[in-house]
Amino acid sequence: MSITTGSNAIDTVFAELKAKGETALIPFMTMGDPDLETSVALVQAAEAAGAHMIELGVPYSDPLADGPVIQRASERALKNRIDLRDCMAVASKAKVLGVKMPFILFTYFNPALQLGLERFFDLLKEHGFSGVIIPDLPLEEDAETRALAESSGIHLIPLVAPTSQARVERIAAQAKGFVYCVSSLGVTGVRSTFHDGIDSFLSTVRKAASVPICVGFGISSREHAERFAGQADGVIVGSAIVRQVEDALPLLTSSDEAERKQGLQAIQDFIAGLKPRTSVS
Amino acid sequence: MSQVPDQHGRFGPFGGKYVPETLMNALIELEEAYLKYKDDPDFLEEVRYLLKQYSGRPTPLYYAERLSEHLGGAKIYLKREDLNHTGAHKINNTIGQAVLAKRMGKKKVIAETGAGQHGVASATVAALMGLECKVFMGEEDTKRQQLNVFRMKLLGSEVIPVMSGTRTLKDACNETLRYWVSHVDDTYYILGSVTGPHPYPMMVRDFQRIIGVESREQILEAEGRLPDVVVAAVGGGSNAIGIFHPFIEDKDVRLVGVEAAGRGVDTEEHAATMTKGRPGVFQGSMSYVLQDEGGQVLPAHSISAGLDYPGIGPEHSYLKDIKRAEYVPITDKEALDALGILSRMEGIIPALESAHAIAQVLKIAPTMSKDEIIVVNLSGRGDKDVESIMSYLAVEEGQQS
Repeated sequence: MSITTGSNAIDTVFAELKAKGETALIPFMTMGDPDLETSVALVQAAEAAGAHMIELGVPYSDPLADGPVIQRASERALKNRIDLRDCMAVASKAKVLGVKMPFILFTYFNPALQLGLERFFDLLKEHGFSGVIIPDLPLEEDAETRALAESSGIHLIPLVAPTSQARVERIAAQAKGFVYCVSSLGVTGVRSTFHDGIDSFLSTVRKAASVPICVGFGISSREHAERFAGQADGVIVGSAIVRQVEDALPLLTSSDEAERKQGLQAIQDFIAGLKPRTSVS
Repeated sequence: MSQVPDQHGRFGPFGGKYVPETLMNALIELEEAYLKYKDDPDFLEEVRYLLKQYSGRPTPLYYAERLSEHLGGAKIYLKREDLNHTGAHKINNTIGQAVLAKRMGKKKVIAETGAGQHGVASATVAALMGLECKVFMGEEDTKRQQLNVFRMKLLGSEVIPVMSGTRTLKDACNETLRYWVSHVDDTYYILGSVTGPHPYPMMVRDFQRIIGVESREQILEAEGRLPDVVVAAVGGGSNAIGIFHPFIEDKDVRLVGVEAAGRGVDTEEHAATMTKGRPGVFQGSMSYVLQDEGGQVLPAHSISAGLDYPGIGPEHSYLKDIKRAEYVPITDKEALDALGILSRMEGIIPALESAHAIAQVLKIAPTMSKDEIIVVNLSGRGDKDVESIMSYLAVEEGQQS
């Protein structure tokens, strides 16, 4: 793995973690669930829990890659009429409140397309994002988006799947930031088993990639995170956290400040409990 | 006109493959298999044999004399796709795809359905070829179309009610794609329209082209010339592209697609994707989409479950933009009136989808001269809709009294 010495914060964080022998913990949260103010507080809680960078998920009406947990979160957020710009603003608000970790926006392609791709990247820069993941924009369709990402210094982070086969090399070769390795076939969500060939898949990606590799889809516990700690540079946890948020909704939306804090603390504790215990040696 | 789609599945700016990486290899595998077999004589012969002996093709091109005289204008010909086995054009496509699935060595198939027509057509060919079949259907639709749910079960398929999102066709499509991602190794997805990622819009069009190929031959035989206008209803657009496509090079033939205006294009309850939508990416391809300002896909409405869809096939978007085809809206009420007129004038109860096309014919035929010709695609029969028509009319009467 070689890390370019660009100014992108994602690269810097991975370089620091590599020096310390640590695995990146990357939480995902659906923005606007239950509301934007809580999303900002949850981002702060994630950093306090030891997250190294964070994916902010844009709610979408037709989330093809997502399982029921994130679908429900998206539906709740869309009832509040949350749009792409609202989600981006969570990053800049969190930064004002002192959050230092890099931000990655996770959005389906159509909201970005409707905003206009140039404007989309201008706004990502304005709000302080370092990366973007677009799950329904495969290699074959991403030329214009990739060019705009490069010229604005934002990493377009690609996904690879156990079924990608011959495509792994092409995807990994031009990846920026990190390669997002899908751990199992299917949609996002908590599961107990990973794809049979996951280990050889990860080593194939590792060989082809010149940037760090991270594993996501179905990772819901410290045991899962530790299982991949040796093979990958980071783990992404989405649905498991979104489900914790769902369970804590009565607290998070409470008018009683103490209850609200209790809800935020519960999410923070959950995220802290996901951190793999890796050592330097 | 150059050949569309190109090798990337593009119809001009429309089409493409906007799907999660987990599906890309399955689509590439499907495309390779289809390109391998589409000109293979054995494959084509098996499809042709089943279309003829099993589904009953060619379907007639029937001169609707009483209706034509009643309207006092153009001569109206009905392409009787309603006379296919299972009662609609949908089986043209499911036969083709099931033969392909078998060639690919797949033993399991899945399909999405709205009203249940494509689901029934998929369950039918699955039974015919001994394939295990699961049909995904919005929970709302399973309630509205209980008879079709039972029909699919009789045919040996499993019907899976979809509880997510709108609980109608749009989310049945999402759920089928999600299921496919998890079972991509051994499962073939029989997609029912000219929508979705490449190669579906191209492949489904190729399987539905038979409608236009036959119509063209039949009208030349009956009238010695081509029609002036071809009319078809458009939801996803498979029956329309099927009848349009063989006429595209015939520049003097006007092609008219009829979309569902529901309670009116100025209300929020319609499915008029071309009239009120704009280009975007939805369910795997770039095309016109009903969406809000931020790019969230809007729910559609039509009395016809087959047209109740916020997207449209990419080739239609292309034909609209190059001005080769025109797209017009017809309301629920206009479609119902047309259904009544065709039933009484010709003794043919059309599907609610097809009734939209008939409604447009009622508008344009009287403005045309008696030596002009309209061919309209009667894509399906109305038996499946009788119950929803009864309840719609009951509500109407209740409001009037």
